[in-house]
Amino acid sequence: MTEHDPEQLNVAPGAPHDSLFSETIAYVIGLALALLLTGLSFWVASTSALWGPGVAVGLVVLAIAQMGVHLVFFLHITSGPDNANNVLALAFGVLIVFLVMVGTIWIMAHLAANMGPMAEMMNLQTQH
Amino acid sequence: MSNSEAAAIGLTHRGSEDTGLGQRGPQSKSIVVPYGFWLFVLSDMVLFSALFATYASLVHATDGGPVTSQLFDRTTVAIETLALLISSFICGLAMITAKRKNLLWTQIWLLLTGLTGFIFLLIELTEFVGMIRIGAGPQRSAFLSSFFTLVGCHGAHVTAGLMWIGTMMAQIWAKGFREDILRRLLCLSVFWHALDIIWVAIFTIVYLIGTLP
Repeated sequence: MTEHDPEQLNVAPGAPHDSLFSETIAYVIGLALALLLTGLSFWVASTSALWGPGVAVGLVVLAIAQMGVHLVFFLHITSGPDNANNVLALAFGVLIVFLVMVGTIWIMAHLAANMGPMAEMMNLQTQH
Repeated sequence: MSNSEAAAIGLTHRGSEDTGLGQRGPQSKSIVVPYGFWLFVLSDMVLFSALFATYASLVHATDGGPVTSQLFDRTTVAIETLALLISSFICGLAMITAKRKNLLWTQIWLLLTGLTGFIFLLIELTEFVGMIRIGAGPQRSAFLSSFFTLVGCHGAHVTAGLMWIGTMMAQIWAKGFREDILRRLLCLSVFWHALDIIWVAIFTIVYLIGTLP
């Protein structure tokens, strides 16, 4: 499972690097970045220094950044040629997750907004 | 073009050489097994995306009951987040020592991974019990049903992960660092890191955005 073996075309997700130092430093950098992004998320959510309506979007961006950090430093998903299969599977997963979440939220928000005069009775607010 | 050259670029169907899997045949088990597990983890994330979509659709359907900003406490969530992140980090350290077949440190790191994961679970369960006690259980409103489904599903995954960590500690103890044991350990670390990725989405969407002023 060596990185520098030219015979090796694929690498397993989460498979560690070669040297003890580079492996450990990857996890330490990952932890530091994750802590930084988490701290930033909590700060952004608590401060009043930022424009209110933009805060939620900023939090989502920070979360996506942190997921990227976890993928690269903890799961070792890279852009290297030995990782092509892992990245393709991830890309397909992200596509489905995106379609399910954005599609549902989009449709359900319009459904709630277009309920018409019956809105009072049928409103999602009154659902059990 | 010589015959061997033609075979090398896949122009012949001679004999049983062409397996459809390239020149070298299928990948080794140490690649195929974690790759299959990676596909499972990704499909698990698709499952969570459905729960997230449900939660986002129902978060305002409170039926006159408690709303997000009344229920969630950011300090608790920060401690929970920290516990799970450190757990994920220590799991990585366990993988490093396991690769070098160091029994003592692998067991120590795995134990600490499990302990920090257990702390996370305890805080989450305390939060659940507190909510149910003040009448904010899953049957109160559509919002609370979807909340307990989403966060509870993640908690169930963490519980399963804890049992898996215990199993792996016992297997390393009894069977040593065999090839198949190391494969299972790699799958466990992929699972554990993935749970932390899902938690990032939960603490952002549910807890932080839910408690914005």
